[in-house]
Amino acid sequence: MKKAINVIIAGLGGQGVIKASDILSQAAFRSGCEVKKSEIHGMSQRGGSVTSDVRFGPQVLSPMVPPGEADFLVVLAPDQVEVNRGQLRAGGVLIAPDMIDPAVLSNRKSFNVALLGALSTHLEISETHWLMAMHACLPDKLHAANEQAFAAGRQAAVADKNKA
Amino acid sequence: MNTNEQRCENLAGGPPSLLLSGNSATALGALHGGVALGTGYPGTPSTEILEYFSQIGGKGQWAPNEKVALEVGIGVAYAGARALVTMKHVGMNVAADPLFSAAHTGVVGALVVVSADDPGMASSQNEQDNRRYAVAAALPMLEPADSQEAYDFTLAAIEISERWKIPVLLRVTTRICHTQALVRPRAALPRPAPYFEHDLRGRNLIPSNARPAHRRLRQKLAEMSDWSETTPLNRVIPGDKKIGIITSGVSFMHAREAAPAASFLKLGFTHPLPLKKIADFVRGVGRCVVIEEGDPYLADAIRAAGLKIESKSEMFRFGELNVDRVRRILAHDQATEPARPPGKPPELCDGCSHHVVFQALKNLDCIVAGDIGCYALGVLPPYSAMDCCVCMGSSIGIGLGLRHVLPAAEAKRVVSVIGDSTFVHSGMTGLAEMVYNPPPTGHVVVILDNSTTAMTGHQEHPGTGRTLDHAATGKVVYEDLGRALGIEKVHVLPLGKDCAEFQQMLKESLASQQLVLIVARRPCILAAKSIREYEKLNEKTGLHGKCDQCAVAREEVVQ
Repeated sequence: MKKAINVIIAGLGGQGVIKASDILSQAAFRSGCEVKKSEIHGMSQRGGSVTSDVRFGPQVLSPMVPPGEADFLVVLAPDQVEVNRGQLRAGGVLIAPDMIDPAVLSNRKSFNVALLGALSTHLEISETHWLMAMHACLPDKLHAANEQAFAAGRQAAVADKNKA
Repeated sequence: MNTNEQRCENLAGGPPSLLLSGNSATALGALHGGVALGTGYPGTPSTEILEYFSQIGGKGQWAPNEKVALEVGIGVAYAGARALVTMKHVGMNVAADPLFSAAHTGVVGALVVVSADDPGMASSQNEQDNRRYAVAAALPMLEPADSQEAYDFTLAAIEISERWKIPVLLRVTTRICHTQALVRPRAALPRPAPYFEHDLRGRNLIPSNARPAHRRLRQKLAEMSDWSETTPLNRVIPGDKKIGIITSGVSFMHAREAAPAASFLKLGFTHPLPLKKIADFVRGVGRCVVIEEGDPYLADAIRAAGLKIESKSEMFRFGELNVDRVRRILAHDQATEPARPPGKPPELCDGCSHHVVFQALKNLDCIVAGDIGCYALGVLPPYSAMDCCVCMGSSIGIGLGLRHVLPAAEAKRVVSVIGDSTFVHSGMTGLAEMVYNPPPTGHVVVILDNSTTAMTGHQEHPGTGRTLDHAATGKVVYEDLGRALGIEKVHVLPLGKDCAEFQQMLKESLASQQLVLIVARRPCILAAKSIREYEKLNEKTGLHGKCDQCAVAREEVVQ
């Protein structure tokens, strides 16, 4: 049986951390995984640090990624990279905000979804399930901008991999 | 709110399941359990239960505070219908008076009281463990471990409440409330028709009635104690006999991951405890460890029964547990835990009206008795202009106490600052105290009216004039209330971007040595747009402003 995947999404209140983790958990759910997604609401929405843990696989027990055991760390704000780097396991993958040039996005607010596009190149979740998840989590008028951002994120990640 | 929580066919096969937060699962359990009315006061991490309950078609409403909510719930349950009452852990302190008495009177329909505790204090002023309330009030208690159990245990709580005619405590924690996980719903229960039957001796707690009521309550507990031994809510998961773990709530999930091979006694019905079942389990394993968050509630009770168990050391009483901490507890590892680097603290939003008020309070070097809400961020730099923040509504009483005893020069600088929702929750009695026992130097109370319960995510309250689902209703007007109570000077000031006007008014009010109420008004910058939309919709239709979100949620889960 394959092990559960641990993802931590981090950023600041108002950046779309929770929305990104909603989309990821919906995509994993729709691809047939057991999913748990956990975060702290409340004070965090006033511009402070926010993190959301998403775990998915054949079985998930604790809703929180154990400290230092994240397979992927997706960070939306440059100043939150170092704060959260310790959560990544040895050999884990950092999806950092400097991977994406916001200028290539048709709507800069879709930066969170662009980083999910980059993350998607590492995960076995089909594009159909990602699209279904985005459509489920976002209002109709934002679908086109977010699909564009997701594709741009994928492209940037693939270009990065090719460079390496 | 949880717009993302969509119904979805599980593509791996099997019956359809939902991806729901524990709060949404509790709401769905209440809907399928035939709850006639859900009521409560917003408080992290409980808030979304009633919002979701209303979105999926339940009748949900905000009460001015938890005490009133519970009293409304008691009335519903006296009428043979089913009530859900939700609150955060500290809300139960406010509701404690009716809670203890309702245990004595009992109920006819179901009364399920949700206490959402906040271990680690992500958004609370203390870390109290409300499992203690089940013991103190002599109430049955259920502790779900994930969203599925939040759903199932809500239904179980309804059944237990009706079977023993007693309020039931559904005790959840932040990680249950705010974790999304899979839920498979089941068939809805039939909803009983409300009716009224007199029971003067049962429900009038004068001493001659209360004495037999206490005996009846203890008799119910004794029966539930026997039932606790056999209910599948408390179950053994066989494993390695060398180590056994007794646990409840989310701690079960952490422990199962930390020690997958161990034997488990997973407790879902945690008051009254199944002490015989626990004794059998303890004797059947080599080493028995109790894993629980917060207070040593289970460990103390099990030790008091004369059983030998291990439990966590004091260092793990603080904060949430996680898989790593459970591993440490099992290994008796008491080494200092690595500290996470500090993140960015929250702050008042750009353009928030509270900036103006705190700038003036700082400029005038006021002694500020503060209260619970976004404006508690006034304690942080750059203002550092709040001297205390204790509990809902406390700003007024504490401000008056300071005024009564401080030397006049200092007393004259004391100001009580309270938000609009907090004022309606428990500030009104503070104003009555101010009129009744005025300090020699007078007093100044500022209501920071941003037209919403901002901190918990923009809930309506009796001062907004809109119901939980934003439809127009009656409205409490603070300035009218202040005048009716006999406060000498009542000012209403729409706040601008500059603090000069407010500062001048505050300065004159402090100098007057009279009793002054200032209502400083400007809608929360994050809520202003929605508020305008609700107002427009209510003007147009005069009816419930059904938003898209409600329509979507209802379509998704109501079958």
